[in-house]
Amino acid sequence: MTDADPRQAYVDDFSKFEREAPGADLPWLRDLRRSAMARFRDRGFPTLKEEEWKYTSVAPIARTTFRRAPAASDGVAREDVERIAFHGFRGHQLVFVNGRLDPHLSGVGALPEGVQIRRLEEALEGDPALVERHLARHAAFDRQPFAALNTAFWEDGAFVHVPKGVAVPEPIHLVFLSKPQHEPTVVHARNLILIDEGAVAIVVESYAGWGDGLYFTNPVTEVVVGDEAVFNHYKLQRESEKAFHIGVLQILQGRASNVTDNSLALGGGLVRNDVNTWFADEGGELNLDGLYVVGGRQHVDNHTRIDHAKPHCTSFELYKGILDGHGRAVFYGNIVVHKDAQKTNAMQTNKNLLLSRDALVDSIPGLQILANDVKCRHGSSIGHMDEEQVFYLRSRGLDEETARSLLTYGFAAEVVNRVRVLPLRAALGAWILSRLPASAAVSDAVREGL
Amino acid sequence: MAAPMLEIRDVHASVGDKPILKGVDLVANAGEVHAIMGPNGSGKSTLANVLAGRPNFTVTQGQVHYMGRNLLAMKPEDRAREGVFMAFQYPVEIPGVNNAYFLKSALNAMRRYRGEEELDAIEFLSLIEEKLKLLGLDESFTKRGLNEGFSGGEKKRNEIFQLLVLQPKLAILDETDSGLDIDALKIVANGVNMMRSPERTTLLVTHYQRILNYIQPDVVHVLVDGRIVKSGGNELAHELEKHGYAQFEAAAKVA
Ligand SMILES: Nc1ncnc2c1ncn2[C@@H]1O[C@H](COP(=O)(O)OP(=O)(O)OP(=O)(O)O)[C@@H](O)[C@H]1O
Ligand SMILES: [Mg+2]
Repeated sequence: MTDADPRQAYVDDFSKFEREAPGADLPWLRDLRRSAMARFRDRGFPTLKEEEWKYTSVAPIARTTFRRAPAASDGVAREDVERIAFHGFRGHQLVFVNGRLDPHLSGVGALPEGVQIRRLEEALEGDPALVERHLARHAAFDRQPFAALNTAFWEDGAFVHVPKGVAVPEPIHLVFLSKPQHEPTVVHARNLILIDEGAVAIVVESYAGWGDGLYFTNPVTEVVVGDEAVFNHYKLQRESEKAFHIGVLQILQGRASNVTDNSLALGGGLVRNDVNTWFADEGGELNLDGLYVVGGRQHVDNHTRIDHAKPHCTSFELYKGILDGHGRAVFYGNIVVHKDAQKTNAMQTNKNLLLSRDALVDSIPGLQILANDVKCRHGSSIGHMDEEQVFYLRSRGLDEETARSLLTYGFAAEVVNRVRVLPLRAALGAWILSRLPASAAVSDAVREGL
Repeated sequence: MAAPMLEIRDVHASVGDKPILKGVDLVANAGEVHAIMGPNGSGKSTLANVLAGRPNFTVTQGQVHYMGRNLLAMKPEDRAREGVFMAFQYPVEIPGVNNAYFLKSALNAMRRYRGEEELDAIEFLSLIEEKLKLLGLDESFTKRGLNEGFSGGEKKRNEIFQLLVLQPKLAILDETDSGLDIDALKIVANGVNMMRSPERTTLLVTHYQRILNYIQPDVVHVLVDGRIVKSGGNELAHELEKHGYAQFEAAAKVA
């Protein structure tokens, strides 16, 4: 490895970092970080030659030297948080600024007995055995190089534990703010969410940044959903225009559990989003939704993989994209139905609306079916606005701009309306409206629908 | 004397570069109902769409005046705001756009254009309540996406629902009767008849005489191969029902 090798800076930094890292005194964690680092060192950054990275070049990340983001809470005001908050949101909130929890901006209300919503580092002190049992056991860092980096370098993140049979009715909002510095910085946020048997929880992850500084967010979230548990997860990504965001969400589902995940990618310059789910037992149900709105020179790559490892599980996947300007998007979906996963019911749909000539989408839906008694379908579409629809609306008196804006909103609405945390749905709707040329007229036409 | 509601003079129109209308003449006055009949592919929908202003339907020759104004120079939305309404032969499904809120914003766009006060949600709801009832439509109808997953008959009724709410001066109904069962047909005909007034004009495009049992036209036109080959009273419709279009098609070929 030469000095010019992009891995070198990480290798050098790691030997310093591991001594001061959270849990540095825990042998298992030290070994874990080391093996993740070794894995990254051996493997390096992915290249376009790899099937999984064929459409997304991470060269801009590889050639930038990022410093681990220093604490910057002092520069963040309540108003900054307000700006990206959801109006009328009632729930628990942990706010991380440049990767570190800001207790003043955070607020966790009264919780049912046994429920934990805290920093991962704290959980490491309080219940190291539980963390050890799950941390990095699900999000495979041998196959995912950025997960390897995260596993080596994570400093903080959220730990959520809802014990057996307990329901947390209010949503839990995990906010990750980046305040870029003069030089490029990176945050490897790490979240561990454990929803035990029969428990119920809603978690919203928000990522946002501001300013035009360069930064890199590299989060990994692992979720373990127990038997018959119900878990709703949302990820709202509103990074700033220049940001790099490479995220991994890994969900493990127990018997007859019910999971929904809604991935909303609105911001970022270069974005890669991996969602991997695994049915570890029978009777699970999964709804995997996504919306990406891509303009300017943004590049947003969504990779999803659903492993039907056991029989009698159901997954419905719907990802929709709106592309404008020179925006570029990738949808790569893979549903793997394992040999004995009989009676699997899986449906995967990706739809893309192109608003400009220069926007580009690669849509690669996929099914790998090794069982023989299954019901699986997938479909994908990429198209410009339907001029029939535009004419229909104009023929009813809406001007052309309003007609086009309304149709764009209508395209997104299918996913927006699946968001069940209403303040989040409203914020999402408002964000989309604000990007439309005829936002006021459209807002009038859909207001009650929000 | 006031200008006719609609005056079509020698209109030739192409879709893409295919000529479809080959010299249509038609004058309709306020208060009249005109039926336009003709075989498949004769250009009935093309004529309706030309009047509504569909892009890519190019008028290559001739003129259309609407209340004395050059209709062809107006954008589709301005035609709508000025009171032209076409019920589509194949209404378009628009998922994600709510049926009722869409109609409210369409109505308010027109009211703004005419300098009238906009309706708020409550006023709008009370306005649509009786019209829904009249058309035998459930309230859940307003909560669905625009034509989304509607049956053929529901789509046609939704067009008439819009007609009743928007109250146009010139209504062009493109085969709103086809695909309706007899009860729905009566309901739709009733809706159209309610709109009949000395200030309004209806062009009723249809294949079948049966709707003319419920809506008495003042004039019946026969459109064959892009031209109106014959106009007459209601008896012309009965004649067509009995003998079909063969005689006119033969004549069109000769001409
Ligand atoms: N978008 C289009 N592109 C090409 N040709 C078209 C288009 N729309 C209509 N046409 C052609 O124009 C001709 C007239 O069609 P039009 O729809 O006006 O007939 P119509 O009288 O309404 O028929 P129908 O009774 O079946 O509704 C047909 O030959 C049709 O194929
Ligand atoms: Mg037709």
